Amino acid sequence: MPTVSMKVNGQSVSHDVADNTLLVTFLRETLGLTGTHIGCDTSQCGACVIHVNGASVKSCTMLAAQANGADVTTIEGIANGDELHPMQQAFHENHGLQCGFCTPGMIMSAIELVETNKNLSEQDIREGLEGNICRCTGYHNIVKSVQDAAQKMGG
Amino acid sequence: MYATDYVKAADVADAAAKLAAADDGKLLAGGQTLLPTLKQRLASPDKLIDLAGCGLSSISKSGDAIKIGAMTCHADVANHKDVAAANPGLASLAGGIGDRQVRNCGTIGGSVANNDPAACYPAAVLALGGTIHTSKRDIAAEDFFVGMFETALDEDEIITAVTLPTPQKSAYIKFPNPASRYAMVGVFVAQFADGVRVAVTGAGEDGVFRASDIEAALTAKFDAASLDGMTMSEDGLMGDIHASPAYRAHLIVEMARRAVAAC
Repeated sequence: MPTVSMKVNGQSVSHDVADNTLLVTFLRETLGLTGTHIGCDTSQCGACVIHVNGASVKSCTMLAAQANGADVTTIEGIANGDELHPMQQAFHENHGLQCGFCTPGMIMSAIELVETNKNLSEQDIREGLEGNICRCTGYHNIVKSVQDAAQKMGG
Repeated sequence: MYATDYVKAADVADAAAKLAAADDGKLLAGGQTLLPTLKQRLASPDKLIDLAGCGLSSISKSGDAIKIGAMTCHADVANHKDVAAANPGLASLAGGIGDRQVRNCGTIGGSVANNDPAACYPAAVLALGGTIHTSKRDIAAEDFFVGMFETALDEDEIITAVTLPTPQKSAYIKFPNPASRYAMVGVFVAQFADGVRVAVTGAGEDGVFRASDIEAALTAKFDAASLDGMTMSEDGLMGDIHASPAYRAHLIVEMARRAVAAC
């Protein structure tokens, strides 16, 4: 089996995995980072969104081998010790989740969205989260959370 | 997903050699169609040849055209200031494919090579009269899109870039399927000095096609009102659970009208 090496949440990792291993499987099963979820497994729902070299991607639709050498960030890597990332904090304060299954992907998508555009309108946020599906909240409080976090992140 | 071998090509020549040497090799571009296909076990290539290391991601503007490297992702096309200035229809098309995460991975070369009958890019390439550059030759858009999921590419031929002439005005409007976001009908309108070109995706049984009646009406007068009362033939249009041929025929004229209004 070939060796795949990458930096995940700042730590260098290297493992032998089969060529057809998906990145999400590598994260969850090889590294034990189960914060990244598998929802639909068909690239629709966005529960598996992570950052690869700063860009948000669906880790169920990328091979681990494609991320060889990449800098990967997952939901486990965004808090600063016990201090939540402003986006996590905003979801907490604005009741941006109910069951929480979609939340890791929502937060990873929302962070990239805010980092690339500090002046997001509500419409921008709704369109920006098009690739993330939530079946609980009706999105209203998610959008509120992202607006709140955008302000705290320097928007 | 069935077992497969993954290799990363060093350059286009290396990729072509690896593709030729494989029994049933597949090129891996952004993977946003190929990987879901493999996960559903609808394909079982013995080798996946990744083009990510071949240096094919670039956007360059020459006098009257924009050349986009085959591995350029949709987000880069959508956000490029030269594309937005020269060809707003192209920028908005790229910015409307799939979702943000798909746009960060999916590529123009992959989209064009796959020639999905509901993909957006083929409409732009055909309406703009683009040229597809490959590892072997240059192919005009008119000759490239052969049929549903079918192109003029040889088995061992690799798209390296696409050149798209800059129109005077352009717009792309699609009626997205509410679930998949693929175009149920998408219309790209491009106005050039010598006439208007209009290409339709999502509707044709043979994939993307030019709408000659709409082109003639808009060349005579570039105004949405020029399409008032126009009807499209249902012949050759797709019918499925999402839309009948008659509904798609109606949507073609309506999307064209909205595209002209958006120019």
